[in-house]
Amino acid sequence: MSEPILKVRNLKIGATVYPPGEKPHDIEIVHGVSFDLERGKVLGLIGESGAGKSTIGLASMAYGRGGVEITGGEVWVNGRDILQSQMHDIRKLRGGEVTYVSQSAAASFNPARTIMEQVIEAAVEQGKFSRRDAEARARILFDKLGLPDPENIGRRYPHQVSGGQLQRCMTALALCPEPDLVVFDEPTTALDVTTQIDVLMAIKEAIRDTGVAALYITHDLAVVAQVSDDIMVLRHGETVEYGSVNQIINEPQEEYTQALVSVRSIDHEEKAPTEEPVLSVRNISARYKGTKFDVLHSVNVDLYPGQTLAVVGESGSGKSTLARVITGLLPPREGEISFAGRTLSADFNTRTREDLRELQMIYQMADVAMNPRQTVATIIGRPLEFYFGLRGAKKRQRIIELLDEIELGEGFMDRYPAELSGGQKQRVCIARALAAKPKVIICDEVTSALDPLVADGILKLLLNLQKIEDVAYLFITHDLATVRAISDNIAVMYKGKVQRYGAKSQVLSPPFDDYTDLLLSSVPEMKIGWLEEVIAHRKMESAGN
Amino acid sequence: MNSILKLVAQRIALSLMLLLMISVLIFAGTMILPGDVAQSILGQSATPEALANLRADLGLNDPPVTRYFQWLFGALQGDLGNALTSGQDITSAISTRLSNTLFLAFWAALIAVPLAIFLGLLAVRYKDRWPDKLISGVTLASISIPEFLIGYVLMYLIAVKLRWFPSVAMINDGMNLWQKLNSIALPVAVLTLVVLAHMMRMTRAAILNVMQSAYIETAELKGLSTFKVIWRHAFPNSIAPIVNVVMLNLAYLVVGVVVIEVVFVYPGMGQYLVDHVSKRDVPVVQACGLIFAAVYIGLNMVADIVSILSNPRLRHPK
Repeated sequence: MSEPILKVRNLKIGATVYPPGEKPHDIEIVHGVSFDLERGKVLGLIGESGAGKSTIGLASMAYGRGGVEITGGEVWVNGRDILQSQMHDIRKLRGGEVTYVSQSAAASFNPARTIMEQVIEAAVEQGKFSRRDAEARARILFDKLGLPDPENIGRRYPHQVSGGQLQRCMTALALCPEPDLVVFDEPTTALDVTTQIDVLMAIKEAIRDTGVAALYITHDLAVVAQVSDDIMVLRHGETVEYGSVNQIINEPQEEYTQALVSVRSIDHEEKAPTEEPVLSVRNISARYKGTKFDVLHSVNVDLYPGQTLAVVGESGSGKSTLARVITGLLPPREGEISFAGRTLSADFNTRTREDLRELQMIYQMADVAMNPRQTVATIIGRPLEFYFGLRGAKKRQRIIELLDEIELGEGFMDRYPAELSGGQKQRVCIARALAAKPKVIICDEVTSALDPLVADGILKLLLNLQKIEDVAYLFITHDLATVRAISDNIAVMYKGKVQRYGAKSQVLSPPFDDYTDLLLSSVPEMKIGWLEEVIAHRKMESAGN
Repeated sequence: MNSILKLVAQRIALSLMLLLMISVLIFAGTMILPGDVAQSILGQSATPEALANLRADLGLNDPPVTRYFQWLFGALQGDLGNALTSGQDITSAISTRLSNTLFLAFWAALIAVPLAIFLGLLAVRYKDRWPDKLISGVTLASISIPEFLIGYVLMYLIAVKLRWFPSVAMINDGMNLWQKLNSIALPVAVLTLVVLAHMMRMTRAAILNVMQSAYIETAELKGLSTFKVIWRHAFPNSIAPIVNVVMLNLAYLVVGVVVIEVVFVYPGMGQYLVDHVSKRDVPVVQACGLIFAAVYIGLNMVADIVSILSNPRLRHPK
């Protein structure tokens, strides 16, 4: 067995935290993690947010983000303990021996400089290649990663290429200096599923062709199963389970790993439309002010009382615009919306208070949808005052009821949003929407920012509340697993049009149209070799045509 | 490229409109000043007939609107009128003064701007360590001490004790460049100290703001030295706020240096304006006001245009 490229022993990482109302103090966020990574192998680090997986990845470059500091253990790269190295040697390591691909390429590229300058910078700076050779190598990598026009794309600025292309450029940036190890930190998480699959394949082939070792960090077990040789499951800064990809996926030993593998345990039986729809969207076309093109083209959907309509699509498909039209934030150019038998005014300013009350909204980013200086009781109490005029003991009573409904309880009344976890914040937002006793709640990507297990809890809560309160959801999401879990009806949106619409069982079963087929087949499955199968299948189909 | 041209054209048009409005304000402002020019020219003992004749000669009896347009069209053609007190042509008097002021401002800016930006970069490089604190402390102290005091202290130390440079900054056309520079060395030093802190602190703050970005982390993970990270990746993205504060300070160097001019007896615009305000010489005051406004608006317009041009999204549209 050869000497591993990366050898981590008993790694401990600490950080200074600033909790509200308390003195800043130091905590340990990674408690003694050890692993080996050999040349040409890929190790997947998987866990929820806060598990310490990115922190461990960056520690392999002796880097601590923000106030994070490596407090103990050993990190050996190419036979050197980098935690004992001088800054001068660490600079040689970064960008030379070990490189990094971040989650958001859009934020990680300097907007003021061309892509080529940034892709070759480390290689030239570290003296690995001359500028000319580095540029030639970058063009080869652009080509290998499937970027369009590899000869010239380097001359562009980051804002001139798409998100998926920029993520590939970031991979080229990491591979350009011929490193021994690449740290991929959630490289496909910010991408649409249909884009993710291509980027994933490009990364996988690049790793194989260059023989580089890689740390692949993600929260998505199905993704990591496609690219890694070994997987380490992390939770709260500790190793839960560490083994080959086959063992983790097919024979998980620990309970937590089993939960991750079998996530999406919800089985939701679809309900047949019975009564008149509570919300009808009729021939809606809309465009943004000052633009000349419609972003919605005669959209027609119905939402039935006590049911869920999932609006699914990728970024730019118009699904959030539809929510803006329904809530009256963006008056449509054509068409109308009827709600509980009456026609809704196009602009929310001219809607009645009753209309506003009965149509509530929950957002993706729970933290920014709440005032950080208000307590949970104030946040939930506001609609109670505004719509029902509740005061004093009655209001308090109702707040407690709502907190019980969202499974948090009275103890949370005086907390501030900063003291809540991501899932708890989203629950408070749900309680605030429910406080108005609405007929319809528009849920805009409400689980997208949450970890899978937490998201699962939120979905279960929403389904449960639907039974109790008989509220209908218009559920906007890009995640097909969520759609399966929660919907009765589905509208698939593509380029501002409803591509496919109907009952869940009907929309999700063949025969499919081309787009729905592409969308459905792009969702990663928890199966080793799935990626190759899909790609091979697609190649065969396009060859057949 | 069209959108950027449009934006720049809009800025220029807006600046011209603003200048026009300022000219109205300046004219109206000098109208409502108390006192009567004819009276102040002829003195208290003048006969009513003489006063009336002079008023008619000066056009003071015309309605204000007519006088405003006469003044404006004159100014557009470079004719700012004659000084009431001396009868001199204002345009030629101002042009010498203005060129002196610009000469002083130019050399002060040439030293202060690069120095401030360099010190700002240095402060970011050694953030919260002693070089940062020293730079911040010294520049803050120099901006807090009144400029005339700095002027007199430097004059005492450098001109009187060390005898390196003259204490009085007299310049005239007969001097060569070297003699002129020697003459203005002290006022340039004082002005540099006065404007340094503002620009340096803004540079530091703007760059530190950008240093939070994800692409700075990318650059650090490429193994670049801290100074290269700041210079190549942070500075290009903080040009807009830095240019804004630089332009404000340049404007100050042109229109706000009257105290320094008095201290060093320098024949610039500031002194000229103050002299004529005390003599109630309205046309001169109006002319100076208009030029100062034009300088302010012009420099701020340049700052806006640089901000627009420094945005890669506008410079390289999709």
